[in-house]
Amino acid sequence: MKQLLVFIRKEFYHVFRDRRTLLIMFGLPVAQILLFGYALTSEVKNAHIIISDQSMDANTTKIIHKIQSSSYFITEVKSLAGEEIDAAFRKGVVRAVLIFPPQFGEDLQHKGKANVQIVADGADPNTAKTIINYLTAILGDYQQSLADGASAPPGIVPELRMLYNPEGNGSLNFIPGVIALIFMIVCSTLTSVSIVREKELGTMEILLVSPFHPIMVLIAKAIPFLVLSLVNFTFILVLSVGFLDIAIKGSILLLFAESTLFIITCLSVGLLISNIANSQQAAMLISMMGMMLPTLLLTGFMYPLDNMPYILQLISNVVPARWYYLIVKAVMLKGLGFSYIWKETLVLVGMTTVLLSLALLKFKTRLS
Amino acid sequence: MAEQVIICKDLTKRFGDFMAVNKISFEVNRGEIFGFLGANGAGKTTAMRILCGLSYPTSGAATVAGFDVYKQQESIKRNIGYMSQKFSLYENLTVLENIEFYGGVYGLSRKTIRSRSDELINQLGLQQEARKLVGELPLGWKQKLAFSVAIFHQPQIVFLDEPTGGVDPVTRRQFWDMIYAAAASGITVFVTTHYMDEAEYCNRVTIMVDGKIEALDAPQALKARFQANNMEEVFYQLARGAKRSSD
Repeated sequence: MKQLLVFIRKEFYHVFRDRRTLLIMFGLPVAQILLFGYALTSEVKNAHIIISDQSMDANTTKIIHKIQSSSYFITEVKSLAGEEIDAAFRKGVVRAVLIFPPQFGEDLQHKGKANVQIVADGADPNTAKTIINYLTAILGDYQQSLADGASAPPGIVPELRMLYNPEGNGSLNFIPGVIALIFMIVCSTLTSVSIVREKELGTMEILLVSPFHPIMVLIAKAIPFLVLSLVNFTFILVLSVGFLDIAIKGSILLLFAESTLFIITCLSVGLLISNIANSQQAAMLISMMGMMLPTLLLTGFMYPLDNMPYILQLISNVVPARWYYLIVKAVMLKGLGFSYIWKETLVLVGMTTVLLSLALLKFKTRLS
Repeated sequence: MAEQVIICKDLTKRFGDFMAVNKISFEVNRGEIFGFLGANGAGKTTAMRILCGLSYPTSGAATVAGFDVYKQQESIKRNIGYMSQKFSLYENLTVLENIEFYGGVYGLSRKTIRSRSDELINQLGLQQEARKLVGELPLGWKQKLAFSVAIFHQPQIVFLDEPTGGVDPVTRRQFWDMIYAAAASGITVFVTTHYMDEAEYCNRVTIMVDGKIEALDAPQALKARFQANNMEEVFYQLARGAKRSSD
């Protein structure tokens, strides 16, 4: 036990003295959070929208004029039927379509209440949300101006529809993804590199000849990264709450427990890689290509999985980050309890067990 | 007769059809400097790994420091030191931290580590450098420090695997002075080397060819037997018959 502590202390020295490791460890999360957070909440300018005015009355003319005079949109006024809307989106230029139904003007005049439809391109959920917010704000403004004279404000009720991504995955959803990505990078890459470095230096041989148990070498390597990753996690949560105004809705304890599990998954991946790779570069390459890309692409936080070909959806099931992402989203953003995420947790536990056994098995056979 | 700290009897390691180590037998006495020579692929490393408790032999028997290589690997590891050609200290740890780490890995108490490391630093004249990172030391110093660290826990036997590879002749000479000092203090030195002049420094030498021990004696006796002027000639005469050339 004392030997383990001595070893762990040494690992901390390594981490704190290696500028590159420190940068990856603590610089990366800040950069990622700020980049993703602010890049995604930034304003939308010059978004192409189509206004389909089927009512063509004084009200719609005024509203269209209001929209056109804002700098957010490049508008095109033309009437579109059902399939034409889909076709317009498919070309990829149009971000949203605003539809005034034929009876809009009449309804507003006589019933004091009218529907308007906004269809947005959900594949880019942030832009879509921002556009919807702007449009509803303009509609609300107009409504307010009508109310000045009348006793009861007439209601313009926007009906929202997201194409491609009905859930409307938004900026909030990036945070769980970024957390998963950071754990993957920090734990898998740094752990595997730090073990392979000892192999390269020849110190691993010395350790194996010492009475220190080989498995303990792996444990001693993993523990500092586990601890630092939990510190990092806290840091990311503080950043998210403090700078990005994200509220943590669920249990923090559950969040930490699940994160610890995922960190162990990532560490197992790192250990496995360290057994395969013989140089630090190889370890780096395998963990970057093998782990980072799938985490980035197949987790669902950047590109909705539902839009992907079936094969990719199948492959995404073996990406650990995908399950962790679902867990964090459920706990952090939706405030759900363990009863809602036990399946995902079980999948992660299973993956970790398999990965860890593989890593230890490979480590053993390599020794003898 | 001197106490024997390594005893090998028909020690064999087979990988499939390949006899890496083929029935070797020898004894090493306490405090002896025992040279273990052989071309690449002769089976030196495999034999040494067994004696260090890193792998199991296929057949035969061996004890190291009185412990069985089959059943008591842990005890063997506790009683030996090891240093390889690859530089084996951590460059981004200071001299003291390296010593503390290896001392700790061998389970020495903090008090023992402190008193012995003070002693060692004085002995090596590294007072100025004790708190510097090892990466900043010249290679010769690193190598000497690595040897001191390998015997820091006062093992019965120290295994040196080509310890002077890539070191200049002056440092090599100083390094051998340290080996003599260690042997004089009762530590048995088991050393492999490629430098035949270094073989001359050993008390006794074995030469392995194709997994077998072809010769085992004092350098002086070997030279007489093979009518050679130096160990190099002895080695060539024996190694010429080798069928295996490399790992």
